[in-house]
Amino acid sequence: MTKGERREENGIPDVHCIFSGRLKSIGSRLIRLALMLGALTGCHSDPGAVVTVEFWAMGQEGEQVQVLLPEFERRHPEIRVRVQQIPWSAAHEKLLTAYAGDAMPDLFQLGNTWIPEFVALRAIEPLDQRLRDDPAAVLADFFPGILVTNRLDGQTYALPWYVDTRLLFYRTDLLSATGFAQPPETWEDWRKAMTVLKVAGGSMRYAILLPVNEWQLLVILALQHGAPLLRDRDQYGDFQNPRFREAFTFYLSLFEQGLAPPVSNTQMANLYQEFASGTFALYVSGPWNIGEFRRRLPAAVQPHWNTAPLPGFGADPGLSLAGGASLALSRSSPRQDAAWKLLQFLTEPEQQARFYSLTGDLPARQSAWADPALADNRYAQAFWHQLQHVQATPPIPEWERIANKIAYYAELTIRKQKSMDEALAALDRDVDRILEKRRWLLSRSLTP
Amino acid sequence: MTGYERHITLSAYAFLAPALLLIAVFFFLPVLAALLLSFTDFDIYALGDLNRLRFVGLQNYGQLLQSPLFWTALGNTFYFVAVGGPLSVAVSLSAALLVNSRLTRFPGFFRTVFFLPVVTTLVAVAVVWRYLYHPHYGLLNYGLSLFGVDPIGWLGDPDWAMPAIILMVVWKNFGFNMIIFIAGLQNIPISLYEAARIDGASAWRQFCHITLPLLRPTFLFVALMTLIGYFQVFAEPYVMTQGGPANRTLSVVLLMYEEGFRWWNIGYASAAAFVLFALILAVTGLQLKLQRGER
Repeated sequence: MTKGERREENGIPDVHCIFSGRLKSIGSRLIRLALMLGALTGCHSDPGAVVTVEFWAMGQEGEQVQVLLPEFERRHPEIRVRVQQIPWSAAHEKLLTAYAGDAMPDLFQLGNTWIPEFVALRAIEPLDQRLRDDPAAVLADFFPGILVTNRLDGQTYALPWYVDTRLLFYRTDLLSATGFAQPPETWEDWRKAMTVLKVAGGSMRYAILLPVNEWQLLVILALQHGAPLLRDRDQYGDFQNPRFREAFTFYLSLFEQGLAPPVSNTQMANLYQEFASGTFALYVSGPWNIGEFRRRLPAAVQPHWNTAPLPGFGADPGLSLAGGASLALSRSSPRQDAAWKLLQFLTEPEQQARFYSLTGDLPARQSAWADPALADNRYAQAFWHQLQHVQATPPIPEWERIANKIAYYAELTIRKQKSMDEALAALDRDVDRILEKRRWLLSRSLTP
Repeated sequence: MTGYERHITLSAYAFLAPALLLIAVFFFLPVLAALLLSFTDFDIYALGDLNRLRFVGLQNYGQLLQSPLFWTALGNTFYFVAVGGPLSVAVSLSAALLVNSRLTRFPGFFRTVFFLPVVTTLVAVAVVWRYLYHPHYGLLNYGLSLFGVDPIGWLGDPDWAMPAIILMVVWKNFGFNMIIFIAGLQNIPISLYEAARIDGASAWRQFCHITLPLLRPTFLFVALMTLIGYFQVFAEPYVMTQGGPANRTLSVVLLMYEEGFRWWNIGYASAAAFVLFALILAVTGLQLKLQRGER
């Protein structure tokens, strides 16, 4: 789960970036050619004087991080940082293209679900040696559930920069009108509350918005219920497992009982308007919507919304997904030492707190949460609690494709074009096919 | 061949060489590479380490033809071409006839207005059209409600999403073909119409027996270009629906893009590209044959 989804919620993807993809690789080659010619014509720089670290960051992070950098350059006069800002929608593609074209930056931001893929590409330098050598690196201060997503086969490949998870955004007024003073903590209470909300709202109103083209809530419910998702060292799909089936049944019932409208997020022209007008009272989303809700909801609704951790199955606390963005060193970079210093700087609690006030991105270091800006934010508290209970999706490069298939078959079932049995069997079949290469690699003892 | 002729031939090749070289390097070479890739399972694993690349022969093609998603995409693409193509040509021709008519005042103005959507950025158009298509406050549903029609989900409704896209595409693109039709119409000698009028031919008969036959080359060109272009539909569904709802607007090129650049299954995506290429080649060949045969 990355913030790239933020864009999808807004609807229109950045088409320009798509079309410039191919041009870009040609362009970057031309630029490199020009640089080579420049070098030949004799603009020699003084060797060993100043190192310039190339740093790629996405979206608003790429913009706001530049505010932090003067302090870094003051502390390290021998290092200059050149930030390249990449739109989220093009980021994944651009990183892959850069890797293919041998033009990787020294340090880069990446969604933590992308880490297995870039590890498979051998594009990331492991950090373990540097972490051992450096007493200041306190891994224990990171949210443990998030840190896990940065580790693979016992090695640490990246450090979390900011964290991200999903929980409940709800209308306090609408919920308390149904007799629930507190947000629900279990599935059963949740369903009861939603049923009352639906009855009170009438035919044009719903209890909750769950965009049918998203996989997140279904996977969260499955993980909460202990469904393994994949089996045999992540070589086969395990979606016909009874645990997954039960979670799916609950999820489907929300649509069958009319508690959630069967719409995709591209159909929601204005989510914030609909939330304000009470078309739905509950929404499962991430920290970026704290800022959006504050900005976009009308003043009259502002006192009447809040966030709450997700309800859980039975007595368990409801867990959610371990999302966020991380920072990684490029394996091919000749400036890893300088880039490592920048990585350390950006993950210092003090910089994390500053970065939060600049972007609203939640700090990955727990000690940064003591900062008054966060401690006093009533919407952030639920995130703090939720972040203690997060779980990662299977750490394999194929996960995003699999997640996409889950969303696809879930949508077909919601729209009644397939029965649940058919959908789950087809899902397992598709996932097995996606994982074929992984099975082949494992059978040949090649590391995937 | 005399020495002089040989000299001429040589210099002709010398002049052609740069262009041919560019075409070879930037077109034929990549196409050849893509063809080779379509016989491998090139993916991110292979990108990281070529030892993890397998030569799979025709397996990509086999999987493609067995994949329900590919057939869905192909079906959607045919739907788009079969409905959108003729509609687009018909609308273009009608607009051209109207604009070119002696009765129309300010033809230059209408020509420009009808051409404007062609040059407008697709994303900007898509944003506006998504508002038009909004089930609750969209202008289109409002207009329909005046006639007592219940609101339609348009882009969110699996059955209406493709018609909605076709409508937008036709609106956006008809201006281009209209201009070509106008050029074709203006090439028809006025004397023919004058003669027909003197013989007492009605406007409809003039259209059937003068305009249509003389417009045949233009017609052929427009139909071919539209066909080829529409088979490669990508940007509109990508921007408006991202292939949804439930893949009902997924086109072959969109599928290829997703497989290639989102999932990095370059081998599989290349196979999809070549299947589409073969298909377009076959259909345009058939169309050429049919239209030539009529003559």
